Amino acid sequence: MKLQSETTEYTYHTLGSLKEFPLRIGRKIVMEGIELAVFRTTDDRLYALENRNPHPKGGTLAEGIVSGHDLYDPLYNVRIDLQTGKAYAPDEGAARSYPVRIEGNQVQVGLPK
Amino acid sequence: MKEDQALRNDTIARRAASSAKERLVLIGNGMAGMNAIEQLLKLAPSRYEITVFGNEPHPNYNRIMLSYVLEGSKTMEDIILHPLAWYEENGITLHTGTAITHIDTNGHVVYTEDGMAHSYDKLIIATGSNPIILPIPGADKEGVIGFRDIADCQAMLQASAVYRKAAVIGGGLLGLEAAKGLVQLGMETTVVHLMPHLMERQLDPQASIMLKAELERQGIRFLLEKQTNELVGDARVQALRFGDGTELEADLVIMAAGIRPNIKVAENSGIHTGRGIVVDDYMQTSAPDVYAVGECTEHRGVCYGLVAPLFEQGQVLAKRLGGVDTAPYEGSFTSTKLKISGVDVFSAGIFQDSPELTVLRKQDDWKGTYKKLLLRDKTIVGGVLFGDVSDSAVMNQWVRSQAVMTEALYEEFMGTASGGKSPMDRIAAMPDDEIVCGCNGVSKGHIVQAIHEHGLSTLDEIKACTKATNSCGGCKGTVENILQYTLGDQYQAAGAAAGICDCTKLGRDEVVEAIRSKQLTTVKEVMHVLEWSHPEGCSKCRPAINYFLHMVWPGIHEEEPDSRFVNERLNANIQKDGTYTVIPRMYAGVTTPEELKRIADAAVKYNVGMVKVTGGSRIDLVGVKKEDLPDIWADLDMPSGYGYAKALRTVKTCVGSLYCRFGTQDSVNMGVRLEKMFERLDMPAKLKMAVNGCPRNCAESCTKDVGIVGNDGGWELYVGGNGGIKPRLAELLCKVQSDDELVEIIAAFVQYYREHASYLERTSDWVERTGIEAIRAAVVDDMAKRLELNARIQAALATVSEPWSKVINNPQTRRELYGNTTIG
Repeated sequence: MKLQSETTEYTYHTLGSLKEFPLRIGRKIVMEGIELAVFRTTDDRLYALENRNPHPKGGTLAEGIVSGHDLYDPLYNVRIDLQTGKAYAPDEGAARSYPVRIEGNQVQVGLPK
Repeated sequence: MKEDQALRNDTIARRAASSAKERLVLIGNGMAGMNAIEQLLKLAPSRYEITVFGNEPHPNYNRIMLSYVLEGSKTMEDIILHPLAWYEENGITLHTGTAITHIDTNGHVVYTEDGMAHSYDKLIIATGSNPIILPIPGADKEGVIGFRDIADCQAMLQASAVYRKAAVIGGGLLGLEAAKGLVQLGMETTVVHLMPHLMERQLDPQASIMLKAELERQGIRFLLEKQTNELVGDARVQALRFGDGTELEADLVIMAAGIRPNIKVAENSGIHTGRGIVVDDYMQTSAPDVYAVGECTEHRGVCYGLVAPLFEQGQVLAKRLGGVDTAPYEGSFTSTKLKISGVDVFSAGIFQDSPELTVLRKQDDWKGTYKKLLLRDKTIVGGVLFGDVSDSAVMNQWVRSQAVMTEALYEEFMGTASGGKSPMDRIAAMPDDEIVCGCNGVSKGHIVQAIHEHGLSTLDEIKACTKATNSCGGCKGTVENILQYTLGDQYQAAGAAAGICDCTKLGRDEVVEAIRSKQLTTVKEVMHVLEWSHPEGCSKCRPAINYFLHMVWPGIHEEEPDSRFVNERLNANIQKDGTYTVIPRMYAGVTTPEELKRIADAAVKYNVGMVKVTGGSRIDLVGVKKEDLPDIWADLDMPSGYGYAKALRTVKTCVGSLYCRFGTQDSVNMGVRLEKMFERLDMPAKLKMAVNGCPRNCAESCTKDVGIVGNDGGWELYVGGNGGIKPRLAELLCKVQSDDELVEIIAAFVQYYREHASYLERTSDWVERTGIEAIRAAVVDDMAKRLELNARIQAALATVSEPWSKVINNPQTRRELYGNTTIG
C-alpha cells in the first residue's frame, strides 16, 4: 500500500489555533466536505483521520480514548495507530490519514488537491 | 491407449511449462474438503495449485451452525468459515455454483456440468451427503425440504413468516435441531418419528424418554411410531397422512429422516462405491490419485454423519498429500451433543443394553440426569450421558482406549470418589489428538502447541489463534482447563487477582491501596508512579483508575474527561450511527403532564429519530445529534437520567400503597427518596434498584442490584441480582422495620460495593465472589462499620453535581466536546 504522502499533492487548510484542541480529546471537524477526527496527543502532536472506523460496522472515531499515539475507538474498542490510521491486529483495515502541520500556532490539515 | 498417452504427455508438458506445483482439485466446498485443504496448507503451503469446485453459491460455511441461523442467534455471515478473501489470499481458485458431473480417472480430468474440463494431478472428492427425501407421493410438493444448506434455512425462515404449522419427519439429531429452530421461529412444530424412541441411534430408551420430556417442555410436539405414507395438499403441502390412517396438518415439512452419501460423481466415473465412496485407511479411492473425505466416504464399512470424523480423516489426507508420514485412519468413535435446545446428551461407542454386556446405570430424576456405562467383560465399550455431560471427555476417552473397569473408575463414574478426579487429571489423561472444539476441529494438541508457541495466556488469545471456543462456546470449560494445565504456575484464572489490564501486573486492590497510601491524585500520576508498561494506559485501565481516584478522593480528584468512555464523557449514549440518546431523570418512573409536554416538544423540535420508553421506566429520545445535545438539555430543563453511566440508573417501582389494593408499603416515595439520594454518584458499574410494595414483585426486585420488597412488617432487602447476560436472582440481605433503617443499610451496602468491587464488576458477580455473609456482617451486623460507610458515602454524595447544566453553562466545554465545526 503506497503512503498517501508519497505521490499525493496536498493543499493545507487551517482548522483553528492549537489551544482550541484539548489534549487527548478528539474533535470532529468537517473540512471541505470531509469529516475529520482530529486528535492532539500529550506531546502536542496533532493527527487527523477520516472520521470513519475501519471496523466492518464503521462508525465514528473522534470520541475515542487516546493513549500515547494510539486511539481506542468509542464503539468497538478497535485500537488504531494515530500516525498511520491502521488498526492493530487482530483487527484489520485503516482509517484514511491526513498530514497535519502547525504554522505559527495554527493547526493545518493537508487535503488532497 | 495411444490417445490416453497423448493426453497424458500433453498434461505433463503443460504442467512442466507452468509452475512446478502439482494441481490439486477439490470437488466440494464444504467443511470436510476445506478442512483438509486448511490442514494441507499448514503442512505443504506451496506444493499445490489448488482449485475448488462447489455446488452451492457460498464460500465454505459451518453447516452445523445452521441450527443457530435458523433460531436467529447467528447470521449467515457469522457462520462462514472461509470468506472469499481467504481463498484469494491463499491462491485458491474457487468456482462456486459449479457441479462436477464426471471424472476421467485415466486422463486426470474433471468435467463440469457446462462441459468445462479441468486437469488435475491429485483429486479430492468431498461431496458430502444429501438428505434422504422419502419416496412417497407428495414429496415433490412445495414446502417439502431437507435441512442441509443455507437455501433450506432460508426457505424455513421465509415459511415461518407466512405459515403456522410445521412437521419434521425424523426424530434424530438433525430433526430435533430443526424442530427447535422452528419452534423458536414461532411455528407449531411436530416431530414425526418411525421408531418408538427419539435419537435411537445415539441414546438408549431411558435417555430418549428423558429427552422427549425436556423437549416437550420446550414446546416441541411428538408423534412416535408413525410412518408417513403420503404428503397431501395442492401445489403446496397441507398435511401428512400416516400408515395408520391418521393425518397431521402441516404447511412446511422438513425431511430429516437420514442422509445418504452423495456419490453420484464417483458412480459416473467408475470409482468403487458401496453406500459411500469406498476409501482405504489413507482416504484413497479405487482410482489412482483420487481421494475422498467426509460424509461421502465409506471407510471400513462405515459412513459417518457427524463432524469429528471428518476432521480426523482430513488430517490423515492432508498428511498424505503433503508428503508427511501419517498413521492410518482407523475410524472414529462417535459422540454427539444436542446444542441448540440446551439439552446435553452424549453417547459413545455401544450404548444399547444387550445380554452379554454389563450395565452401570445412575438415574437422578431430581436433577434430571442419567448416566450409563456398558462393559463387555471388564472393558468399557460404551456409555450414555443425559442432562450433565461434563464427564463426556472422560467417558469418550475410556471408550476409545477401551479402558478396563476398576474400583477407581467406578467411583469416579458414580460420583462417589472421595478424592475425585480433578479437571487437571482429566486433561492430563486426554490424548493430544482428541478434538476439543468440535465446531472448528481443534485438537488438544493444537491448543497446547499454540499456547507454547505464541505464549498465550487467556481464552480470548486461544480463540484468536486457534478458533477454539469461537462458535458455540460449549468447549470453553475444557479449553480453560487445558490452559490451566498447560501453564501450571503461570496460570491466572479470569477474575482472579491478575493485573487490571495489560499495562500492569498489579491487581485492583493493589492499585487502590497504592492510591491511598502514596496519595496519588491523577490518572497520570498513578500510571507513572506504579510504572505502567504503557505510559498512557489503555481503554481498560484509564476509566478504571479515574473511578478509583473518584472513590478514594471524593471532591479532591478532578474529573478527567479524556479518561472516560464516550458515554460518560458526553453524558449521553452513543448509537451506531454517531447520534446519541437523551434520557431525562424520571424519579421512580413517575412523571407529570407538564414534563411530558416538555419532552414531547423537545422531541418535535429536534426531530429525534425515536421516542422510546426504557426498561428503567423513563423516556428516551433516540437519535439526537451530538451538537444538539446541550440545546435539547436546555430546552428540557430536566436533570440527566444517567442512562449511560456507571452509576445509579433508575429505581423501578410499583404503584404501592398510594393506590394499589395490595400495596403494603409506599414503594413510590421510597423509590423517589432512593433515586434522589444516590443519583450521580460514580460506581464500579451500573446499578439498578427497584422497590415493591408487596411480594408480588411487580417491579422485579429479584433481578436488581438492590431490590426491596415491602410487607406488612417492613421491608426486605435483596442484593446482587442481575437481569442481563448472566441472570442472577438477588439474595436476601436483611429484613428491617423502618424506612430510615432501610436507607441506612442500602447506603452502607452501596458504599461497601464502591470500595471493594473491581471496575465494571456488577454487584451480582461481586456478591457471588464475596459471599452474602461477609457483606451482611459488614453492612448490617456491624453497626459501627455501617455508620462509617454511611459517613463516607454522604461525603462522596456531597460532591456530585448535575452534568447537563454544567455543560450548558460552559461554552468552552460545549465547543470542545460537542461542537459541530464545519469549515470550508
